Amino acid sequence: MTLATALSLGETALKLGLICSLTVLALFLSYSMLNVCDLSTDGCFTLGAAVGAAVAVSGHPFLSIIAAMLAGICSGFVTGFFQTKMGVDSLLAGIIVNTGLYSINIAVMGGSSLINMNRTDTVFSMMKDVLADTPLKGRADILVALIAVAAVIAFLVVFLKTRLGLAIRATGNNADMVKSSSINPVFTTIVGLCIANSFTALSGCLLSQSQKSVDINIGQGMVTIALASLLIGGTILGKGGIFVRAVGMVLGSFIFRLVYTVALRFNMPAFMLKLVSSVIVILAISGPYLKRQWPQLKRRMTHKKGGF
Amino acid sequence: MLKLSHISKTFNPGTVNEKVAIQDLSLHLEKGDFATIIGSNGAGKSTMFNAICGDFLTDSGSIVLDGQDITFMPQHVRAKNIGRLYQDPMRGTAPGMTIEENLALAAGKGGWLSRISKSDKERFREQLALLDIGLENRMNHPVGLLSGGQRQALTLLMATMNPPKLLLLDEHTAALDPGTAEKVLNLTKRIVEEHHLTCLMITHNMQSALELGNRILMMDSGNIVLDIKGEEKKGLTVEGLLDKFKVGVGKKLDNDRILLSNEK
Repeated sequence: MTLATALSLGETALKLGLICSLTVLALFLSYSMLNVCDLSTDGCFTLGAAVGAAVAVSGHPFLSIIAAMLAGICSGFVTGFFQTKMGVDSLLAGIIVNTGLYSINIAVMGGSSLINMNRTDTVFSMMKDVLADTPLKGRADILVALIAVAAVIAFLVVFLKTRLGLAIRATGNNADMVKSSSINPVFTTIVGLCIANSFTALSGCLLSQSQKSVDINIGQGMVTIALASLLIGGTILGKGGIFVRAVGMVLGSFIFRLVYTVALRFNMPAFMLKLVSSVIVILAISGPYLKRQWPQLKRRMTHKKGGF
Repeated sequence: MLKLSHISKTFNPGTVNEKVAIQDLSLHLEKGDFATIIGSNGAGKSTMFNAICGDFLTDSGSIVLDGQDITFMPQHVRAKNIGRLYQDPMRGTAPGMTIEENLALAAGKGGWLSRISKSDKERFREQLALLDIGLENRMNHPVGLLSGGQRQALTLLMATMNPPKLLLLDEHTAALDPGTAEKVLNLTKRIVEEHHLTCLMITHNMQSALELGNRILMMDSGNIVLDIKGEEKKGLTVEGLLDKFKVGVGKKLDNDRILLSNEK
């Protein structure tokens, strides 16, 4: 591998890593803070991509970002409403919303399962025009993704220190305590899911615009990929303040994409991505558990061999 | 201050697990009353607290706090006027958040988007210093690192930061070692006196039931069977209390924790 290919691989990984890290940051809020595993992530990611594409195609590149995030908020609200007000288990609520979103997404895409944006103005193409005569030429995609990630991290750092942010963190940490502080956990759960899903939708919107097309399966398996990134990030920078941990999430997303891109380079077929992410999630979650079980297992084995 | 009128609660009605937890219970607490509650296992002590706090709606009867009917008020709305400590020191605080952040949530001042200000921090530090357990220098430590006693003291501070109309203590020192329990109990006494709080305290320690407060309530089978106050309470001994219970209920006080703690 020459240096040039290595650099270009790194760049691809960086771009995808940054864009998908928005979904990781969404899970950072819902999974790590609110303690809800939001399985509507896949559908919401596609929703963001579909809504963003539909609005961009009609000629509003900036509005497409806002529209996608608003759609994400709606999706998060429905998931939150089901699990807090309708007595649906939180995992089930996510799955149900995810299934329903499939139809909605196709409807948003005008009944087709593919939208092409080759001739559409997007935030990426606009940034490219702006940077045409500057030294940053050719880095437009990364710059746009970087701005989005920085904005989301800045928002999280500020927001999670406000009273509402503290209340959302406490809801995932100890719901009893939230109630006795006269805060309604229904409210905090719904707000948290709305915000998280707006990030997921933003992530989907940016990915579709950077690759100039959306197809209905763009979000499939996203929740597992994001969880894998989240767990990798948590291992590297899991301790510390919100900012450090959020940066860890982005780093985790980048590392995941880097490993994957390199593996592709070594002739791993592209369809393996999802299996790889599943394996990473399983290892990262079951690893600590198995480690705790190990002493007992060892004791059993010595006992079987006739020892004490 | 608090008026429970004929409240009843049956769990799992119509099933084999049917359990009448509270039956036609009435209680009137005056402002500034500090009543200790003792009673047999399953007498409905904690259930009464749950009913007051709104963990569930009662099957019948009404609950009035400071002139306001709270019978159907949602739990988190009632919490504005009711402070509560559980036996489990882990229940009252969020372990993954810092002492400062826990206090900020309990303080409940400002709008949703307000942040912890310098003056807030100063105020928290002063109040923590009053607990006299060194927490004022650990404001940025996660609460999960504190011991049970420290967490319970912190919960007590959180529950009384905005003096509530009613403070409910559910064996809040039972899970602590004797030394720490005494410290937390003294702290409780001081804070209750300082804010002139109206307070109900469930305890299994007959001695502290006698020493603390101006009123003793004894519960059995989902009802209050004895209500001792004023002069009558002052001269009472542990033996006298047990006798009164036996006479009042027609059977011996049956609470393994009380019996165990009296053997010492």
